[in-house]
Amino acid sequence: MPTLTPEELDAIRLSLRVAVVATIFSLPFGIAVAYVLARCRFPGRFLLNALVLLPLILPPVVTGYVLLRLFGTKGPIGHWLTEALGIVLAFRWTGAALACAIMGFPLMVRAIQLTIEAVDIGLEQAAATLGASRFWVFATVTLPLILPGIIAGAILAFARAMGEFGATITFVSNIPGETQTLPTLIYTFTQVPGGDASALKLTLISIVIAFAAIFASEAVARAVSRRVRSQ
Amino acid sequence: MTLNVEARTRLGAFSLDAGFATEGGVTAIFGRSGSGKTTLINIIAGLVRPEHGRVVLDKEVLLDTARGIDMPAYRPRIGYGFQEGRLFPHLNVRQNLLYGRWFAADDIGQESFDAVVEMLALGALLKRGTAKLSGGEKQRVAIGRALLASPRLLLMDEPLSSLDHQRKLEVVPYLERLRDQADVPIIYVSHSVPEVARLATTVVLIEDGKIVASGPTSQMMKRMTVIENQI
Repeated sequence: MPTLTPEELDAIRLSLRVAVVATIFSLPFGIAVAYVLARCRFPGRFLLNALVLLPLILPPVVTGYVLLRLFGTKGPIGHWLTEALGIVLAFRWTGAALACAIMGFPLMVRAIQLTIEAVDIGLEQAAATLGASRFWVFATVTLPLILPGIIAGAILAFARAMGEFGATITFVSNIPGETQTLPTLIYTFTQVPGGDASALKLTLISIVIAFAAIFASEAVARAVSRRVRSQ
Repeated sequence: MTLNVEARTRLGAFSLDAGFATEGGVTAIFGRSGSGKTTLINIIAGLVRPEHGRVVLDKEVLLDTARGIDMPAYRPRIGYGFQEGRLFPHLNVRQNLLYGRWFAADDIGQESFDAVVEMLALGALLKRGTAKLSGGEKQRVAIGRALLASPRLLLMDEPLSSLDHQRKLEVVPYLERLRDQADVPIIYVSHSVPEVARLATTVVLIEDGKIVASGPTSQMMKRMTVIENQI
């Protein structure tokens, strides 16, 4: 096992923290948007769908630049956040989490939306005839049935967040200890003479983390579907 | 119990224009497939909203399109035994049976749970998952689940139609016990003369979305046989 410098350790820790925070905070929004897209028919539906998918199609640099213009301290949303709530996102790790959440959002929504579309509405009707209001139908029937999709969506978003580069470096730059994640640090090492060994070491670590995430998600998904099916 | 139903609605090429009243016992809605039987009881259950209609159960108005009243399906405590059972796949038999109890205003108590379990012979199935039930067992659990939500009225949509002959013979006695012991008025949708003859006290005949006759079962036998021979 090669030893890691404090700089490298910081980047690994920060990457994990950013990805976890991005995934957890975007999950409720992801479930809500997926539900609306799967079940509701309304005039602006097409637009909402396009808006959700946009970060998947746009160059990440563009997404990062849009975030910078909106959430930068002089941007309309960023200015308000700073003035009203004292929250600064630009050039902070929280901004990196926001960028990662937005980049992973389309993947998360898609995975959850597909499982919601697969839920038999007849089961929800049955729950209603047994006295469950819409909220309770969702909480006791829909949610448990779409759990595998939620887990899959969360893992995809987490993986996307771990690998996020373009939007992050554009929005929050590449500041050691604050916004320097694993990918941006690898990029830095490839730009300096003699950085190859470090870049390779971090690349291997990235691969190990990716494998661990895949195995964990497979294990969880299998456990959940076994539980659902065995009942 | 008194139930008054009137409904006029259009579903693609099919149009329903039906009204009937019943005072309890087992009321069979008899007609061939596609005659509008299921639509009619879905309107009573609040699962389908007709263009024009009025449903009154024991002086309580559940639906009155003219006055803009449309009670959501979970409110009036109308039980529904669906054709396909619609058991919750993520819950075992016991949890399925107890589902309606979470939402019931008054606790039905262990005694009535035991009584229903005994009446439908579900004791040996309680810990089983729904995937490990036969078709007949699924229907018995579905009926028990609807009963345990202490309904004021029980709707049953061809509970035997998905079963082969042997399974039908196995379930019919339970339906008879339900009729004689459970003290719940039942509306029973069917296109089978022997089933209706054996179970129903009153018959409502429906053809092409219109009620063509109604009366005590003994008086309706001839017309039912005529309709059945046309199928």
